[in-house]
Amino acid sequence: MADLASYALDVATGLGAAYADARLIVAREQAIITRNGEVATLIDAESAGIGIRIIVTDANGRGAWGFSSTSELTRAAVEASAREAVAVARASGLAQRMTLALAPQPPIVADWASPLRRDPFDADLDEKIALLLSADTAMRRVAGVSLARGYLSFTRLDKSFVSSAGARIRQRLTYSGAGCDATSFKDGEIQKRSYPNSFGGQHQLKGYELIDELDLPAHAQRIGEESVALHDAAQCPSTTTTLILDGSQLGLQIHESIGHAIELDRMLGYEANYAGTSFLNAAMLNRFEYGSPIVNVVADATIAHGPGLGTFAYDDEGVPAQSVPVITAGRLTGLLTSRETAPSVGLNTSGGAMRADGWNRIPLIRMTNVSLLPDPKGPADLSALIADTDEGVYMETNRSWSIDDKRLHFQFGTEIGWEIKKGRRLRMLKNPSYGGITPPFWRNCDAICGPAAWTLWGTPNCGKGQPSQTIGTGHGASPARFRNVEVGVAYDAAG
Amino acid sequence: MPQADLPRWSAGNAVHQEWLERALTISPAGGTLAALTHYHSALTRFANNTIHQNVAETNTPLMVRVDLDGRRGLATTSQLTDDAVRAVVGRAVELAKRAPALSDRPPLPGPQRHRMIDRWDQATAESSPAERGDLVARAIRQVERAGFTAAGYLTTASAVAALANSNGLAASMPSTFAEFAVTVMAPGSSGWAKAKAPALSELAIEQLTEQAIRTAERGREPRELPAGSYSVILTPAAVADLVSFLAGDFGGLAVLEQESCLTGQLGRRLFGSNITLFDDVGHPLQMGSVFDGEGVARQSVTLIEEGVVRSFVYGLTSARKAGVPPTGHGSAAEPDDYPQNLVLQGGASSLDEMIASTDRGLFITRCWYIREVDPAQKIVTGMTRDGTFWIEGGKIAHGVKNLRFNQGLIAMLNNVETMGPAVRAAGEEHESCIVVPAMKVQNFRFTGTTPD
Repeated sequence: MADLASYALDVATGLGAAYADARLIVAREQAIITRNGEVATLIDAESAGIGIRIIVTDANGRGAWGFSSTSELTRAAVEASAREAVAVARASGLAQRMTLALAPQPPIVADWASPLRRDPFDADLDEKIALLLSADTAMRRVAGVSLARGYLSFTRLDKSFVSSAGARIRQRLTYSGAGCDATSFKDGEIQKRSYPNSFGGQHQLKGYELIDELDLPAHAQRIGEESVALHDAAQCPSTTTTLILDGSQLGLQIHESIGHAIELDRMLGYEANYAGTSFLNAAMLNRFEYGSPIVNVVADATIAHGPGLGTFAYDDEGVPAQSVPVITAGRLTGLLTSRETAPSVGLNTSGGAMRADGWNRIPLIRMTNVSLLPDPKGPADLSALIADTDEGVYMETNRSWSIDDKRLHFQFGTEIGWEIKKGRRLRMLKNPSYGGITPPFWRNCDAICGPAAWTLWGTPNCGKGQPSQTIGTGHGASPARFRNVEVGVAYDAAG
Repeated sequence: MPQADLPRWSAGNAVHQEWLERALTISPAGGTLAALTHYHSALTRFANNTIHQNVAETNTPLMVRVDLDGRRGLATTSQLTDDAVRAVVGRAVELAKRAPALSDRPPLPGPQRHRMIDRWDQATAESSPAERGDLVARAIRQVERAGFTAAGYLTTASAVAALANSNGLAASMPSTFAEFAVTVMAPGSSGWAKAKAPALSELAIEQLTEQAIRTAERGREPRELPAGSYSVILTPAAVADLVSFLAGDFGGLAVLEQESCLTGQLGRRLFGSNITLFDDVGHPLQMGSVFDGEGVARQSVTLIEEGVVRSFVYGLTSARKAGVPPTGHGSAAEPDDYPQNLVLQGGASSLDEMIASTDRGLFITRCWYIREVDPAQKIVTGMTRDGTFWIEGGKIAHGVKNLRFNQGLIAMLNNVETMGPAVRAAGEEHESCIVVPAMKVQNFRFTGTTPD
């Protein structure tokens, strides 16, 4: 198989490509979904193919990208695909205004596999199904639960990257994910609770040990009970107050209002037609006050940061994983960059943030693990944070998310909330929502829980690019507190 | 059979059916379904008045699903070789052997009578990188002449979707696809236009680009508008993005499992009497396959008739549970069902007439990042983008900064004052084809605005 990738480079360079790289990927996924006591989905998916990315330069030294991919892993098909990549690059030259200058990257030869304790593809299928059905039974034991669902998913990527500069990198990445949710329909109202997170649960770069750690059945009855109790809970008030977010919701807040905003391709206008641009620009680097002094954010792809969906050893341009300080003591200090974009902001090397969601897509700048670091001096955990709060609302588990195309004006809804008064969590609130503008929101962050309350959450469904790509990103967060936040906005106006 | 025997971008299907037959022959299960999609797609992407990404893909995903005594397993591969087909059947069988049995598994359908609709355009299938590059370069020059900056893409694709089962069903559907989108950025404002069609020649690229340029020009120096309820005129793209959030509620399983906002609403007048909604793959402006993921012929279904909820769509599984005939809206992989070809009946008003009839209101070019806030009240939130205008005295007065809305869709479809003719819309929140009109809607609720 590696020979095919090298052959692709030979063909492309033989046709005049100034640079070529090829990614040969075998992706395998197993997904199990249960609903109301039945195994509704049981899938073993495999996809293999090669993506060939090249640069062709013209007489004026201007370079243009071309990319072609094929699932047919024969020399004839790979040759045809390499030829197509060259034809595509020459067509790019029909509307080329810029000089392509990639940040230097010494070619690396390496072989890496993500750590795991138990291979999820070796784990017994009966065990997996029994686990989900056990959670299902616990949820449906609660009167009023109308739909119980459970999710398990496992993905393995075997990636071979070769480049005309001499890189030869093999990586094996194994991801696991699990979750369950209970939905309750009553009097025309629908309420749902999820564990450990919504939209399929928690996902990490781990083996089956993640599933053991999450222990879905132990939490299933509680979320069933909460989904039913929400019908009788008070509506989240519409007011401006103090907001405490759990780590999973805060993870998505980081994703939308920091992670996407610091993507350099967005700042440069590359995504203007679809994903959008950014309120940030290069001149704001090292100057802009993004948040309060306790806000420290990193974009960290290294395994030392944890087993996140944005963890790897090398990105899809062959650049080593790095830890980039993005916000330091509240100030913008770093961006997500690639070999092509880094020089435009005066950086000598790529930050290593290029990933593609498969062999059939080009790498784009994607979030790695964009994480809010815990505050060692902050409250130890959520209970301590609530105890330290006189009045406000605590919100948990995402239900809806939306932000404008510059990443400024956001609104989130969560599955559940609680009123906080005088340091105590009081009555349950239904249909919580909050909204705001990115910089003032982060500048009003006045408490972040400590390391013991920090979790590296996985967002498996980040969309970007045309053609569209969906990739997993990581977001470490511990519960945090924000002052003067508008809550209840969604329902106040919807009527 | 070597993989290279597949035809390169013609509508022929004999080879595809041979591969499916091979999978069916290998499978030991009486209830086997195999589906093969053979496609080639290419996309030329531009930004900052330059082509910055340019890609092409050839893929042949093969799916095999087997039913063994009520137990079901499904496996896929991208490889079309004898060994790969044997392996994918083996993996599906292994899963099925381990799956719990369902007592009420619907049997595989037999041969179906599918509509014959030609959605193949040979010129689109054969379009070259140079042709796409030339069309994009012209659009960029058009925007440059206006003094603005362009971003967008042009894509073409061709596919043959073939399907067969061990109960004698065999079907295939060749189709082609083309889509163009352009964002024009001016200082302080932007404009946008997008269109899709089965044939590249149907895309009016120059006209779309001009439309985006005009929108950007008119939106300069946008002003901030306070939150509140306003009359809005929504382009077909904006209507499609909003209405698409109701599609899943018409799924038979969502209704059975009480996840739909239409649970208990069958036969009731829930929407305005001017709202009639179909799912109709045969509509002349529609696109997509005439059969569903299990090979069942897609039926035309009246979802809303003059405001009354008339029916839902069903795949084999949900139809069995509901005790109704399937409508051809199922999936091979999951029990969910979903309308794929929404058609909302329009009216006779033009956009200009809608603007002229508006004393104070907003014109919305494009909605962005719409998400469901409440599944029962069907409240959605989202932003406006790339061309939001204040209308005063029947005329567009000036651009306004982008606004956030929180709007109930059921309420919205009770407040439609006038509509234009239904057209094939191209928004961002839906992959399927949606045919909808432009709309003038009363009391559309905005809750905030962007500072920039």
